[in-house]
Amino acid sequence: MPTADHPLLLIAELSYKCPLHCPYCSNPVGIAAEKYRDELSTEDWSRVFRQAADLGVLQLALTGGEPLVRKDAEELCRVSTESGLYSTLVTAGTPFTRKRALALKEAGLDHVQVSIQDSDPVSSDLIAGTKSFSKKIEAAHLARELGFPLTINVVLHRRNLDRIEEIIALAESLDARRVELANTQYQGWALPNRDALMPTRAQLEHGEAVVIAARERIGPKMEILWVLPDYYEELPKPCMGGWGREAILVAPNGDVLPCQSASIIPGLEFDNVRDKSLEEIWFESEAFNRFRGTDWMPEPCKSCPLDRQHADFGGCRCQALQLSGDAYAVDPVCQFSADHSIIVEARERVNPDEVEYIYRQHDPVPASAGR
Amino acid sequence: MTVATISTPKLPEGVRLRFDKVRDRHVLLYPEGAIALNPTAVSVLELCDGVRTIDEIAAELSAKYNGADVRSDVENLVDAIAARGLIVDADS
Repeated sequence: MPTADHPLLLIAELSYKCPLHCPYCSNPVGIAAEKYRDELSTEDWSRVFRQAADLGVLQLALTGGEPLVRKDAEELCRVSTESGLYSTLVTAGTPFTRKRALALKEAGLDHVQVSIQDSDPVSSDLIAGTKSFSKKIEAAHLARELGFPLTINVVLHRRNLDRIEEIIALAESLDARRVELANTQYQGWALPNRDALMPTRAQLEHGEAVVIAARERIGPKMEILWVLPDYYEELPKPCMGGWGREAILVAPNGDVLPCQSASIIPGLEFDNVRDKSLEEIWFESEAFNRFRGTDWMPEPCKSCPLDRQHADFGGCRCQALQLSGDAYAVDPVCQFSADHSIIVEARERVNPDEVEYIYRQHDPVPASAGR
Repeated sequence: MTVATISTPKLPEGVRLRFDKVRDRHVLLYPEGAIALNPTAVSVLELCDGVRTIDEIAAELSAKYNGADVRSDVENLVDAIAARGLIVDADS
């Protein structure tokens, strides 16, 4: 069995319910499945957080979907604080009301991330598939008023990349500590929307130049994170920092996964926190060991001509599955993949015409979501 | 990009020092990240309370280490961490 270090990050997907319908949602396309409605109880999550802290996890991301659809988010935050975890709430902003924000502060929440879809209100609402921009701005102001360090995260694509300067200026005006400019990765709902989202090379080059200038101007006051989309690279990224190396993800129903979309890989079975401890799952489960280390790798990965097998850990398994049809294949982003032409063709096909979004669908958020 | 020299260092909101018992070392935790710290860095950061000045921190550590001149070490460490936005000046 490949050896593993202790994980650093627990991604707790409290619920897949969400008031937004973003066409690039990174949740799996099967989120409406019956099994995800059977959400973990408050006691289950509390046990998971304590186990995570004992396992060496330092950072906790409370995410979803929208984590605040859970009425027990404050209580869970308190357990996280008592366990010594550094907690981040990743929210759409719309349910981050004063009452809940104060309770979260009281519970010891460390950091708030608010997603914004664009600097332009009309465009932001169009991408989110619902009117939400003004509430997001209110949520960001509220987070700062209560003394939370604030991250603004914006997923970039063809229809908002040209406003990257305005987006950075908006984050600055909201007194954000960080702004995450994440170019869409084509996983989850983003893959069926690829033709509507894929930016041009010129847009990305402009974006990168703007980011470099803004970093120079702003300095350490606000960190600007800029992540290039895989489709414009010739070498893969270390997806999730490597399979089963740093991060452990718990889905709303308690399934434990190495990444957000691993559930699409056929034949991979995930243990559940209702049956086993996080420690046992992290170190011993078949799913976490499947793509750990280098023994599973195909050639030319295993003897990589650039010696990158310990740098990118074989890239993204889900991308290999979705584009090459085999989760064991070379990540097609890699220039050495026999299927690299799929990536090249997708970016060369970029169609400047508007393409309709396929919005992420889910049941409407019920008034009393949590359990 | 130059960072203004800090006179009274403190950890900003959302940055905290913690002992990581699994890895048996201190870490500095901040939004989306963690830095493993060596014992020297820990001894400096523990004094970055927004009350003590750099001079006072250096004097305190110097006394602890038999009068060694640690002023520039303290300053360099504070500057390096401030460049990442993880230490700010309590006076500004």
